[in-house]
Formats: sequence, structure tokens, C-alpha cells
Amino acid sequence: MTRRAVTRVLVYLSLIAATAVVLLPLAAVFLTSLKTEKEMAAGSGALALPGDPFNFDNYVTAFQDGRMLSAFANTAIILVVAIGGTVLIGSMTAYAIDRFRFRFRTSVLALFLVAALVPGVTTQVATFQIVNSFGMFDSLWAPIALYMGTDIVSIYIFLQFVRSIPVSLDESARIDGANAFTVYRKVIFPLLKPAIATVVIVKGITVYNDFYIPFLYMPSEDLGVISTSLFRFKGPFGAHWETISAGAILVIVPTLAVFLFLQRFIYNGFTRGATK
Amino acid sequence: MTGTTETAAVKAAAGAATAPAPAPRPARLWRGATPWLFLLAPLALLIVFTYAPIANMVAYSFTDWDGVSPELRWTGTENYAELFTRPELFEVFWVSGYYLAASVIQIVAALYFATILSFNVRFRNFFKGVLFFPYLINGVAIGFVFLYFFQDGGTLDSVLSLLGVQTDRAWLGTPTSANTSLAAVSVWRYLGLNFVLFLGAIQSIPGELYEAAELDGANRWHQFRHIIAPGIKPVLSLTVILSISGSLSVFEIPYIMTGGATGTETFVIQTVKLAFQFNKTGLASAAAVVLLLIVLAVTWVQRRLAPDDKVDLV
Repeated sequence: MTRRAVTRVLVYLSLIAATAVVLLPLAAVFLTSLKTEKEMAAGSGALALPGDPFNFDNYVTAFQDGRMLSAFANTAIILVVAIGGTVLIGSMTAYAIDRFRFRFRTSVLALFLVAALVPGVTTQVATFQIVNSFGMFDSLWAPIALYMGTDIVSIYIFLQFVRSIPVSLDESARIDGANAFTVYRKVIFPLLKPAIATVVIVKGITVYNDFYIPFLYMPSEDLGVISTSLFRFKGPFGAHWETISAGAILVIVPTLAVFLFLQRFIYNGFTRGATK
Repeated sequence: MTGTTETAAVKAAAGAATAPAPAPRPARLWRGATPWLFLLAPLALLIVFTYAPIANMVAYSFTDWDGVSPELRWTGTENYAELFTRPELFEVFWVSGYYLAASVIQIVAALYFATILSFNVRFRNFFKGVLFFPYLINGVAIGFVFLYFFQDGGTLDSVLSLLGVQTDRAWLGTPTSANTSLAAVSVWRYLGLNFVLFLGAIQSIPGELYEAAELDGANRWHQFRHIIAPGIKPVLSLTVILSISGSLSVFEIPYIMTGGATGTETFVIQTVKLAFQFNKTGLASAAAVVLLLIVLAVTWVQRRLAPDDKVDLV
């Protein structure tokens, strides 16, 4: 029995250690974001408490000088359009592949399957030229088109879901005279709500966090999204860790809020997304 | 006549009864076109943004194109020869070794935490949330958090001095130390995803199995060895492959934190620099083709080793 107790203590100790490892780096940055320039210059340690715990000046600086407002706006536009597009494209593909038997069906399916294996980072060298030839370089359309056009995981999630919707529902709608588009719009799409929620969450977090694509395709400062705008803090705020920290916290807080409210969906979504 | 109705009947049966009766000609044509109308936009996007780039990339890799000028010269396999013979171009692959080693630690740790949190533990949801949350954080924010963590007098030094250890080590100062630190950041960031995947797999194992095992006198280790381990095998093999291809294509963390300085340049950073800073589109394409082939080979080997992959759809 004592051995059990020892194991129990060790288990909790390991969990507490892991919690400390996860939270300490974040806590230090949060504390730093509340410190004044003077405190920082005086060599306040990373874990020292700020003199005034309600000093939000750095957040104001980060928000205004760091162009975070336009960054959040650009990110929001990309999020809405790209996610809307992904949901439509994914659900249409899944509907067509699951509900129809047509020539080259397996080839089409294979085309999507194989694409999932290609890591996006490797092909950007050539994708860049294509995006450029469409005149989409340095516009919000580049990331929107890429997020919409290269998302295979959502198609899988929709495929799984469409398969679970009984075909008899389609049939009874057909008997009532509905054509394929009406069936999609009135029967399938409304029943896909859980899948749509999953895709919106997973895709939303991925797009919100993406750095590579906006960095590569939208170099102008006006088109900064939160990742690239935060990245630009490196230059002007060079050694001003209090401002950089405030910027980082500003970016993390929305994620934390979403996570706390939608925890269950997020776990399910990412598990489903990764195991396809 | 009977022949056609028969095939139509067979088709209808095969088609999960989506085509109930042989329709008149125009209607049948229309029905044949319907799926393609749905697939028009998705397929166009797939081809334009995934397959066309791959085809172009392979073509560029045999040229000396700089990405801008209208002229390009066919150079055969020169780019590939350069890639494999100039050691500094291929050396960056060794950096992946750090991340590969880190992902072993990551998988073991994720497995450990998933196992203990699948049993009854107090504050389970809190610990689960804490372990998973880093995976959701923006990469640039993580980069800054850890630049501050590793900087002189930063979080790490402060913690160490609290523990009575005084170091004036520049954590990102030497290649070995910098790469180890960056790989550790990658573990911090991605552990949560592996952990949640494992936890999901473990929790889908029916509880009666544990009870039966306990009746048979199995301890926790036996339970792990004989119930949990086989139950998570598909997810584990998926994680291994994701880790290998992830280690080979590391980009964000080192690019944001060090920009590839002090020997932390990875293959992808090098490729991006070749293509977009030095305008060597041809050489960069060859590099990207090599990486793509390696990743595909790894995937293929994994599919071979674990053919009973239930994860695979359709």
C-alpha cells in the first residue's frame, strides 16, 4: 500500500513539474508586459513582480505603434472568407464523392488523398510563382486562396460526416422532387453542423497562427496579420522587452479565451483533424 | 433492352441506390454531370495550388532559373549534383537530428502523461488543458516568449539562480546549445497534440478490460503493456511519421528566434533563403524536390510497416 502512495506522490509531482514548465515562460512574459521602461532598465529580474500591476501602457504602445488593430482586422477578414470557402468546398467535395457514383470517382479521391501527404512548406517555391502570375501577390487574396485551396483535412472531416448521414434522407427529399443541389443545401448541409463547427475551430486556430504564408505573400506593412505584425516588433522595439511581451500577450489572449470556452470541441477537433 | 436495364439495375445497386430507375436520356446526362458541378471548384483549387506547383517545381529543378528573368537555361541534373556535393548545402539536414531526438522525448513524455491522466487523477481537466494549450499558441508569440526565456538574465537564468545555480551561459550562443534549446521549444509547443491524441486513443479502450485485468492481478505496468500499448498502436505510428516529416521540415521556431544564425539553419530555412533572397529558384526547387521525396518515402515505409492502419479512410 505504501508503494502505491509513493507512486501517487510521484505522479502528482511530475504533473506539477510539467505545469510549471508550461506556465513559467508565459508568466514571465506576462509579468514583463506590465513593467515600465525604467524598471526594465534597472534590471528587474524576469520573475520579479511589476511595481504597478495595473500598468497597461505597454499594451497601448504595442496596439498603436505595433499596428495591431489593422493586424487583427486583416486576420479577421482572412479568417471569415477562408473559413467560409473551406466549409463550402469541403462539404461540396464530400457530398459529391460520397453520394454519387461516377467515372473517375476513385481517381478524384486518390488525387485528394495524395495531396494530403505533400507538406505545404516544400512546394512554396513553385506555388509562389503561380500566386504571383494570378496577380495575387501582396494582397489578402493570396492567403485566402491558399488556405481554401490546400485544405485536405477538412475534406476528410466532412467525408466522415456525410457518410454517417443516412441515404434515406436524400431519397425522401428526391421523391419530393428535390434535385441534387436542393438535397445538398436543404438536407446535407444543415446536418453537417457538428462537422462545420469542428472545421471552423481547427481551421480558425490554424489560420490565426499561421506565419509562413502571410510572411511570404504579404510583405507590405498595411497587410500585416497578427503573426507578421508581431514578428515586425523585432525591429523597432529591439530591446524593449516590455513592449514585445505586451504584443505577445495580446496575441495569446484571444486564443486562451477561445480555448477556455470551447475546450471540448477543440480537443475533439484536433484529434479528428490529425487522425483524419 | 433487357441488357441495359440489367446494367442500370446493377449500377443502381452499386450506387447505394442514388440512381433509382433508368431515366430518360437528357436527365441521365444531367445526372452524370452533377457530381462534376460540385467538384469543379475544389478540383480547380487542388490542381492549381497543389499539383501545378509540384509539376512546376520538378521542372524548375532542372533549370538555372532565378525566379524573375524571362530566360532560363536547361541544366539537367546540375542542381541535384550541387546539392549533394556541396557539403554546406546538405549539412543542414544534421540540424533535423536535434528535432528528431527531441520528438522521441516528446512522444515518450506524451505517452506518460496520457497514461497517468487516463486514470483517476485530481484536477485532471486542468492538467490536460495546461499540457495542451501551448499547441494552440501563435508561433511568433512562442518565439518571443522563448527568446526572452533564453536571453541573458531572462526567465531561465532567473529560475536557475532561484535554485542556486549561477550560469552566465549564452543559451543561443553556440550551435549545439542553440539547437538543443530550439528543439526543447519545439517539444514545449507540440507535446500537447501528441498527448491529446494518445489520451483520446487510450480513453476509447473499453473500461471493462482494465477491470478484468485487475481481477487477474495485473498492475499498472501490465495494464500499460498489454492493454494500452496495443490500443494506441495506430495513433502511435501516425505520430511517429508526423514527427519525422515534421523534424525534416522545421521552419517557424528557428526562423523566428534566430533567423537560422549560429548553425540553427534548417533545410526549409535554407530553401526559402535560396529561393527568395538569393534568387536561386532552380536550386531551391531541387532542394524542395529532395525534401518532398524523403517525406513521401517515409510515409510509404510507414504504410508498409503498419498496413492494418485503421486511420486510413475510404
